[in-house]
Amino acid sequence: MLTITDLAVKFPSRFGDFTAIEDVDMVIKPGEIHGLVGESGAGKSTVGAAVIGLLQSPGYIAHGSLTLGDTDLRTLTPEQAHAVRGDRISMIFQDPQTSLNPLMTIEDQLIETIQAHADVSTAAARQRAVDLLEEIGIKNAAERIKAYPHQFSGGMRQRVVIALAICTDPELIIADEPTTALDVAVQSQVLKLIQRLAKDRKIAFMLITHDIGVIAQVADRVTVMRKGRVMETGETAQVLGAPRHPYTRALMDAVPPLDYRIDRFRVPQEEGADFERSLGQKAEDWLLAGVQGAPTGLTLQNLYVRFAGPRTSLFRKPEPYVALNDVSLTVRPGSIMGLVGESGSGKSTLAKAITGLVKPSDGTMILGDEVLPGGKARDRHHPSRQLVQMVFQDPYSSLNSRHRIGAVLEEPLWFYGFVKDADQRKELAASMLALVGMQPDAIDKYPHQFSGGQRQRIAVARALLARPRFLICDEPTSALDVSIQAEILNLLKDLQAKFGLTILFISHNLTVVRQMADDTAVLRNGKIEEIGKTEDVYERPQAAYTKSLLALTPVMQRASFAVAAHD
Amino acid sequence: MIAFIKRYEGLWLFVHSPAAIVAAIVATLIILGAVFAPWLALVNPYDLASFSLFDGLLPPVWEEGANPRYLLGTDDQGRDMISSILYGARLSLVIGLSALTIAAVLGVGLGLAAGYYGGRFDAIVMRIADVQLALPAILTALLIDGIARGILPAAVQQDLRVAVLTLAIALSLWVNFARTARASTFVQMNKEYVQAAIMMGQRPSRIMFVHILPNILGPLLVIMTVDLASAILLEATLSFLGIGLPADSPSLGTLIRIGMQFLLSGEWWILWIPTLLLVALVVSINILGDFLRDVFNPRLR
Amino acid sequence: MVYFILKRLVQSVFVMLAVAFLAFSLFRFVGDPITQMTGVETSVADQERLRDELGLNDPFILQFGRFTGDMLQGDFGFSYRTRQPVAEMIADRIPATLELGIVALLISLFVGIPAGVYTALRPRGIATQTILMTTLVGVSIPTFVIGIMLIFIFGVQLGWLPTFGRGGTVQIGGWESSLFTVEGWRALLLPAITLGVYQLTLTMRLVRAEMMEVMRTDYIRFAMARGVPMQKLHYKHALANTMVPVITIIGLQFGGVIAFSIVTESVFQWPGMGLLFLESIRFVDIPVMGVYLVVIAFFFVLVNLIVDLLYVAIDPRLRVRDVQ
Repeated sequence: MLTITDLAVKFPSRFGDFTAIEDVDMVIKPGEIHGLVGESGAGKSTVGAAVIGLLQSPGYIAHGSLTLGDTDLRTLTPEQAHAVRGDRISMIFQDPQTSLNPLMTIEDQLIETIQAHADVSTAAARQRAVDLLEEIGIKNAAERIKAYPHQFSGGMRQRVVIALAICTDPELIIADEPTTALDVAVQSQVLKLIQRLAKDRKIAFMLITHDIGVIAQVADRVTVMRKGRVMETGETAQVLGAPRHPYTRALMDAVPPLDYRIDRFRVPQEEGADFERSLGQKAEDWLLAGVQGAPTGLTLQNLYVRFAGPRTSLFRKPEPYVALNDVSLTVRPGSIMGLVGESGSGKSTLAKAITGLVKPSDGTMILGDEVLPGGKARDRHHPSRQLVQMVFQDPYSSLNSRHRIGAVLEEPLWFYGFVKDADQRKELAASMLALVGMQPDAIDKYPHQFSGGQRQRIAVARALLARPRFLICDEPTSALDVSIQAEILNLLKDLQAKFGLTILFISHNLTVVRQMADDTAVLRNGKIEEIGKTEDVYERPQAAYTKSLLALTPVMQRASFAVAAHD
Repeated sequence: MIAFIKRYEGLWLFVHSPAAIVAAIVATLIILGAVFAPWLALVNPYDLASFSLFDGLLPPVWEEGANPRYLLGTDDQGRDMISSILYGARLSLVIGLSALTIAAVLGVGLGLAAGYYGGRFDAIVMRIADVQLALPAILTALLIDGIARGILPAAVQQDLRVAVLTLAIALSLWVNFARTARASTFVQMNKEYVQAAIMMGQRPSRIMFVHILPNILGPLLVIMTVDLASAILLEATLSFLGIGLPADSPSLGTLIRIGMQFLLSGEWWILWIPTLLLVALVVSINILGDFLRDVFNPRLR
Repeated sequence: MVYFILKRLVQSVFVMLAVAFLAFSLFRFVGDPITQMTGVETSVADQERLRDELGLNDPFILQFGRFTGDMLQGDFGFSYRTRQPVAEMIADRIPATLELGIVALLISLFVGIPAGVYTALRPRGIATQTILMTTLVGVSIPTFVIGIMLIFIFGVQLGWLPTFGRGGTVQIGGWESSLFTVEGWRALLLPAITLGVYQLTLTMRLVRAEMMEVMRTDYIRFAMARGVPMQKLHYKHALANTMVPVITIIGLQFGGVIAFSIVTESVFQWPGMGLLFLESIRFVDIPVMGVYLVVIAFFFVLVNLIVDLLYVAIDPRLRVRDVQ
């Protein structure tokens, strides 16, 4: 039904035309969920935008054909193309928080869309809208339809977005990362809804995602893209179970499994690994000299963090918002403690409490055998400021973009008074870069000259140059592509083993924690639901919440696909 | 050369923007003329001995009755127009730039600190900014001028006019800087590199000036250009209203005020030549400001 | 919502108090009020007696309290220059300035908003580039030069319109209005355009910037992907969302309009508050200066309160509570 042949999209720039996608072929049949998977820069969203005719300016279709049924989409005038949008092709965006007009009720937005494509009375359009909302699982729709978008939760909002996309009975829906902004429980519901719509209404879906687990769960067919080109396309079971293209194979290797632990990810070729590792020897020796003695553990006892809630009345005291509720946990010296939880569970607050950015309202924190003062009570020269270091989530914001890498790396060295001599500092920083798998000459460059994965390596190097005993990794790979994630996880494992670091590893991703942690704590609404050895938590979960999290996490079970592919 | 230009987006955009290039040339010429006024000008308009009433009201060379010595003619006092506008631009630029510097230092300092410390300090600074906003620039400037008249003894008033004018303009412009610096600082405070610096226990002053400031220079630079234009306009307006600079040390605004007297009498050049220069200067600066805004905010392109 | 409005009200009161304080400090510390009020022939003893009577020896806070109290009751003191009550002097001038300011604001809105929308929707058109360049020149020409040019062209060369004063006015319940006579409108036109041009360019550029920002949001792209008709998309979805920030700035600008009317009034000899203020500065007539400040701040605060109410009307996120 949708046929893409030899599609190429280019963006003019000051370096000449930049080719975003090239040689893309794809066929999507009615009722089929066609996964389009790839890492950042693969051009998968550009394919979707080209099909619906909403390419970001100044991009243009250089050549190729796009046909929907017997309509050639490229020959349409702008007015005709706009009439096709919504009527025959619709789209679902990533973030339900921003996809709906905040100033209009759901009702107005639905009726307006229905009437844009069908000559029906307002009353009939309203009835259709209500029925549709009921169908996709919004209870009491006749009432709720009068609400504004901000009155719905994230998951409900994504349902409304889907209702808007299907209210005109389109043949094709382009879903661009439709579940990336959602928690796993909601993600699973939305995916089920998409599956049902494809089956019942014979809507074809182009499901654009970076998450192979999502593809494995719902896609009938899948196309793998890389750097603007199609690598492989076929039945989901075949592509994921018995990948033919080396890139697909490497991608599959980098996906962390949920049901067992692998020691090291197989990574085909690490970025910048083509130089002498021995350059890192100096940094290694320096670190080892500084971390003699037993590793340092951390104990939290009955920790509470309360924030002032939003003030809604002059007379009532605002309700405090409890971010952490009676959290007790012990990170054993030299081990990795995994901390999993959905957004808003308080994971990051915990990291901030330990690092002194947030003041706990109650409870004690003990690092090694010293009590850590909380918040402002911890003065600027407290030893923990050196012993505890952090690797942040967003490598694009964790390095000061106006400072050279050298300045970023040397800062801890002079700040903590480790190395007085400027030349030695530079030498050590360069060596540390080698240790984390970077070319030492990176020292004279600026952060924007590096990719996300490289920046995260630099961030790790900065943390190590403080000679930490306790490292907090707050979602260190969630901004990275899966193959880069595998490299960073390998790096962290290596460093932890070599230097006896104690690590608190925070992530929303259960599969990643499974690969990294010795012990795992599950956090929900600021409370610890379950804590124990990682194996026990994953294989014999006690808390109902842990069980449902594990059940809902989309996973790629290669074994089962491999079997299916052989049939 | 081309490769070098391509490497820097700002440069690339610049060579592709004819308006920005023309503006840069015009602004540079005027600024150079103002800087080298003492060497370029035929006469010193501040020095009564250097010109003569006998040369008064001569038209520019292309009109009848002109003296080729005075290319753009003379005013009623016999001052060469070119010399007057060069010195006038010099004075306008000196006042504008000094006011801008004071406003930027004050505003950026307060804005950075308000964004960094937040809480009560931020609330106080922003309430003061609110009050300042309720009294727009020209009003503040007039007010300070009025207060200076009330407080300062008449003898020193004349000597301090430039200082009072500069201060008045500076105080009316700092809010822009403070608000922009504060808003940008808030954005930076949530960035992880700042959190990392705080966590390390670095001094607040270092975090503010070494870490945050370089990252918020972009929007501040835009404000700086736009406000330089405002400062020059404000000075001209105040001088035009007759409460800026006196006639014996004329800035562009004063020259225009003097020229107004000849609006109806046919000596058009006395009014329109300084006006043209003022507008050319401010338009150029504004075009450059617009260009910078586009560079720093690509979404508006 | 009630809390939001109350909060703004408290802030407004704070701003007013601060401006009143400024006015009071002016009155109290810039020059000696007694020497201003009395002539040279008054003896020192009499001056002291007057000082005592007027309470100028009382504690500072008490004086400020009395000053504020008097203001609230409409007692604004007397002008040093004319010995008239300041309240009367200002009240006489308010209609002229308000009419000028409001007409200028309306010009700037009715031209600025459509122009902003047009240039945002066709960012690359020749018309857009022309409009943008023109407005850039527009913000760069000082208001007084625009006034002079208008006078020169329409007053002197063409002789179509009067160049000074208010023309014919009509008294409506103490409000002297020039909006009800042809002569009045003819006199109002040039000053209002002069004052409006600068605001117009600001409004246009602001609407354009906000509109372009809104056009890039997900909800507009989603509406586009659903095939919502372009007209609706531009004027119902995009423009409505653009207005939220635009209204704020226009509120802030109104203060600017009133203040800039000082210049316009001076060029056109328009008998408004601005002209009065200029005169009072020239003669260091502190009470008039102070009261002018307070009145300007009052208008500013009032307009911004109205803006807040408009906010609530436009944005359901402020109006409708979360029912989840």
